[in-house]
Amino acid sequence: MSDNVIQAEGLGVHLGGQQILSGIDLSVGRGEVLALLGANGSGKSTLVRALLGIVPISSGSVRLLDSPLGRSTPWERIGYVPQRLPGGAGVPSSALEVVTAGLLHGRRLRPPRDARVRALAALEAVGLAESARRPVHELSGGQQQRVLIARALVRAPELLVLDEPTSGIDIPTQQTFVDAVQRLHDAGATVVVILHELGPFAPLIERAVVLRHGRIAHDGAPPHARDEHGGADHDHTHAHPGPTPPPTGPTIAVGATL
Amino acid sequence: MTWIETFTSMLGSPLMQRAFLAAVLVGAAAPVVGTFLVQRRMSLMGDGIGHVALTGVALGWLVGNWAGLVPHDSLAVPGAIVMAILGSVVIELVRERGRTNGDLALALMFYGGIAGGVLLIKVAGGTNANLISYLFGSISTVSLGDLAWTVVLAVLVLAVGVGLRTALFAVSHDEEFARASGLPVRLLNMLIATIAALTVTVAMRVVGLLLVSALMIVPVAIAQLFARSFSRTMAVASSIGVAVSIVGLAVTYWQDFPPGATIVVLAIVVYGVAATLRPLLRRALPAGDPHPDVTDDVLIADSAAD
Repeated sequence: MSDNVIQAEGLGVHLGGQQILSGIDLSVGRGEVLALLGANGSGKSTLVRALLGIVPISSGSVRLLDSPLGRSTPWERIGYVPQRLPGGAGVPSSALEVVTAGLLHGRRLRPPRDARVRALAALEAVGLAESARRPVHELSGGQQQRVLIARALVRAPELLVLDEPTSGIDIPTQQTFVDAVQRLHDAGATVVVILHELGPFAPLIERAVVLRHGRIAHDGAPPHARDEHGGADHDHTHAHPGPTPPPTGPTIAVGATL
Repeated sequence: MTWIETFTSMLGSPLMQRAFLAAVLVGAAAPVVGTFLVQRRMSLMGDGIGHVALTGVALGWLVGNWAGLVPHDSLAVPGAIVMAILGSVVIELVRERGRTNGDLALALMFYGGIAGGVLLIKVAGGTNANLISYLFGSISTVSLGDLAWTVVLAVLVLAVGVGLRTALFAVSHDEEFARASGLPVRLLNMLIATIAALTVTVAMRVVGLLLVSALMIVPVAIAQLFARSFSRTMAVASSIGVAVSIVGLAVTYWQDFPPGATIVVLAIVVYGVAATLRPLLRRALPAGDPHPDVTDDVLIADSAAD
């Protein structure tokens, strides 16, 4: 019996004829806040999706909350926040319905009696109480993102996994995410978050795992922003002209060229 | 005869009573399943299943002949059920495999289903005319046996579709999240496919295999013009399904119209009227600024200069 919330050994994922991840050993202890960093295409999302059983694992093993990934996983203690809502569903669905779906899990196919109260409370916690009845496709991108986090929080998860929660999101909504993570962390939950830059999460992150080409390239203290640039009072404007920019990719001509 | 007398004689006729019971059940059940199909962007799935079910009808006929059953078509409905379920499971597997060639696989099933049906009915010693009642429905010939099938299957479809709607919604709305919740995604997908297949066979007698899909989809299309949630869409669509089935069937008591086509045309007319009137009927949104009240995350030059 270990105290690890996530325990992956020799994890490999093979998708579409390509080895996306190989030899991933990762253990995340209870109460840790872990950032998963890496360039686009380095396998961050795939790692998270493999850990949660969304994509099949081709080698190695995963244990979540002390049980092997599968039917016996205590899904009601795990919350997942995807990057965005699946686009263009055919039938309008209200924010309340989307959040209520978060109350279902492996062993519960019908919502509990207090589903409504709990879903409304989760929406209230992300500041969307008055939009509960609105169709999600009418909500703004930031509001949709809040609905997704409410759907994960409605279970009161012990393990929360977020896939790039702050990309393309305004600062107030980013703060909603940070607050939610802070609250869960204070309550002893474990958080795994995919990020491109630590940004507003920086004070919370205790450990960072950096992926490169589907392998773990770094596992340890979070990287700090370079030198004085990370300081809150750092002035990014320069009084002198900057150095010549490095050569970039091909230039795209705009407008008629003939 | 006054219209009231006609009305009472219509309700008094055992034939019409049976037909009404079948129409109400089918009208209620088909849109419930249709809501899930529209949500999954598989509005045409009912059509695909309908085509395959035709082969099932002919197969049932053929087996009935071999076994020397009387009447010959007593196995037509069970045959349709078996083939419809098989077909829907194959469609679901194709969908699960990803989009590659799924479109072609579906087309092959559509055409194979119709051609197989026409071919097999000939082998079974029947004619295409025998298939017409399945293709376009013949509610007036609903026998007690047919009615029993309809009642049992429609109640089953309604029980599953309404009882498990949250789980079926979850898997239709966001399959990845459903997987990450440990929901039995494949089982639930197959369940939707199966109740779609059962609905097709149930509705076969009322509107016919070629028009089944209309009764599943058109009421949903009407409902989502106005509804603002999934469960409301389902409830409204089901009510519309019942209403057009009853009215359409009643019309055929006065006029010699084919019931299935009447019901479907009626539903489409309702859609047209509803879509036209939508700007007038739509509940006004609460007045106020539609923009969420959040603090700005940009500094505008004027305020920055302060």
